Amino acid sequence: MSASAIGTQRITMAKAINLGLRRALERDEKVMLMGQDIGALGGVFRVTDGLQKDFGEERVVDSPLAESGIIGTAIGLALAGYRPVCEIQFDGFIFPGYDQITTQLAKMHYRSRGRLNLPVVIRVPFGGGIGAVEHHSESPEALFAHTPGLRVVSPANPADAFTMIQQAIASPDPVLFFEPKARYWDKADIDVRAAGQALDLGGDTVGLHTARVVTPGTDITVAAYGPTVSTALAAAGVAGQEGTSVEVIDLRSISPIDFDTLIASVRRTGRLVVVHEAPVFFGAGAEIAARVTEHCFYSLQAPVLRVGGFHVPYPVANIEEEYLPNLDRVLHAIDSAMAH
Amino acid sequence: MQSSSVPSLVKEPGVIQPDLDGVTTPVGSFDDDLIQLLTPQGERVHHETYSARVEDLDLHALQGLYRDMALVRRFDNEATALQRQGELGLWPQCLGQEAAQIGSGRALATQDYVFTSYREHGVAWTRGLDLRKILHSFRGQDHGGWDSAAHNFHLYTLVIGSHALHATGYAMGIQRDGDVGTGDPGRDRAVVSYFGDGATSQGDVSEALVFASVTAAPVVFFCQNNQWAISEPTARQSRVPLVQRGGGFGIPSVRVDGNDVLACYAVTQEALERARSGGGPTFIEAVTYRMGAHTTSDDPTRYRSRAEEDYWRQRDPIARLRTLLVAEGTGEDFFEGIEAESETYAEDVRAYCRALSSPDPITMFDHVYAEDHPLVSAERAWFAEYEAGFTGEEAHR
Repeated sequence: MSASAIGTQRITMAKAINLGLRRALERDEKVMLMGQDIGALGGVFRVTDGLQKDFGEERVVDSPLAESGIIGTAIGLALAGYRPVCEIQFDGFIFPGYDQITTQLAKMHYRSRGRLNLPVVIRVPFGGGIGAVEHHSESPEALFAHTPGLRVVSPANPADAFTMIQQAIASPDPVLFFEPKARYWDKADIDVRAAGQALDLGGDTVGLHTARVVTPGTDITVAAYGPTVSTALAAAGVAGQEGTSVEVIDLRSISPIDFDTLIASVRRTGRLVVVHEAPVFFGAGAEIAARVTEHCFYSLQAPVLRVGGFHVPYPVANIEEEYLPNLDRVLHAIDSAMAH
Repeated sequence: MQSSSVPSLVKEPGVIQPDLDGVTTPVGSFDDDLIQLLTPQGERVHHETYSARVEDLDLHALQGLYRDMALVRRFDNEATALQRQGELGLWPQCLGQEAAQIGSGRALATQDYVFTSYREHGVAWTRGLDLRKILHSFRGQDHGGWDSAAHNFHLYTLVIGSHALHATGYAMGIQRDGDVGTGDPGRDRAVVSYFGDGATSQGDVSEALVFASVTAAPVVFFCQNNQWAISEPTARQSRVPLVQRGGGFGIPSVRVDGNDVLACYAVTQEALERARSGGGPTFIEAVTYRMGAHTTSDDPTRYRSRAEEDYWRQRDPIARLRTLLVAEGTGEDFFEGIEAESETYAEDVRAYCRALSSPDPITMFDHVYAEDHPLVSAERAWFAEYEAGFTGEEAHR
């Protein structure tokens, strides 16, 4: 097929996910997409652009405007042998589906003693920085990471987005796939292989839940995922010019978290800053700080620091830049850790 | 019981009128539109549309329905007794709802699929499920001890109304499989979702009706209106008969005497045929009564009257079928046979339940994920080591 040429392409993250979905639809006829406005419109972010036209209304379904209904019927479809990929239009609108996700989707494999699999993917454009109105900029990933039975991942770049969406769809477990909407338009060269080649997952077949050392460093580790990876990289660049060698780790997954990679890094650097947009209180960084402290106690030269959202509802767009863990705040945390 | 919790409603057609003579929710309030083929007195009633659907039920078949209901009731009573004896933590009785469950369940084809709440022991029976396995969940053994695919009978769902969406989604899958409207009676399939009057207030049920309606999914919504959602009468859920819920969604709806096994069989059969042939969903309100408590933890004397219970006891679903069977020539030896079989069955249920042993604690880590999750694996390993330490200590002593 055609709409995606084979070889290296320079594309946005939105397009990379689109191509990944297309590959999944091509590879397995049981894969189907469900969500609001994902058909003719191609989704509000155009991530599903053109897919209904090519795969039909039975496989790319414009759902009624009901998130619980989307997740709940996806569970039924999965029980009937399908692999639904649900799009939740915006992070803040996942909550009408929260009950189905946590009480039903997450537990079915467990309560059936492994007899029933629910290979359902829930795609969630998340995070802020796009000047949106209420409920359109949130980062609820910790709630799902806190729920046994779910896998929670977030790509930070187009290449990972292309690969990880296909890996998520191939997973026999439910996967919450958090897409950093502020990064939808970031471009990168990615290797789009032909269907059937190398699992058709693209050039990079690193595991769905494997963290990646993006930039090696020796003085301090900065761990991030999704939208904050680019912030962490920017901070590493500035700090490097000031003489601090920063190792940036893209966690890629927050359930499970690749602690092997993280702990190995912190044992080398002795310092860790965790960056995410979600409020730091009970956020992924809290869990990371606790575990890293447990495993790296004698390597740490400074307390693990967290940079993220405050314990306030997501603020109005005009001041969201002060709420988000921006470059200056990450640098501030790096400086604080280095001062120890 | 004139309960102050029941709103005083303006008298208008179709609006629920709490009976002021001690019966909060009498079936007689709207008998006009109620499908009934067998009266509480055990007499057959002719119905223009539905009588034809029970013509193929000969005396032997009717006796089979009686046996179904009698054995399920005996099982249910035994489970209640087991809870009282401390053998089960909890038991949700289906007492009084046997006709709704057996009648509708016996209308199913093997390839149809069923999603239920947690009180549908009678439906489970019709799917060939070993009812003893239902006891597992209520003895703290597991969260659903049966192979749902083997019986086309999903695990019980405790979050009220959630499974109405699962049923609808499953039906959408059947559509995609092309197993609707082929005309092949061995291929066309449908789904039934069983839920209660309380569930109709849940958003998930309304969403299921939306999804089913707009997709014409082959699903039957079988609402057992047993008059009580724990302590709240149906008037707390709706000002209109629940059957009217379907109409607003464009779903054909029918109201049936849920204590009449023949009528339940007939209306469900019709709804299933509509679904399998591609005609889309149907909403059935089966008007019945929860003769027992909500569960063994409940105390109905706090919220409903003896008079009401007596009213419904006179409409017992099993008694009326027995009257019909006798009238149509069934001898006492048949009933004695069922009685003996019931007692043997109950003894077996009792022995099975008591023999169930607790699972090994380490199994709590099983099946959280289909593929390895490092956190669960690490916690399992830690727990195993921790437990082993205790074993050593015990051994040392």
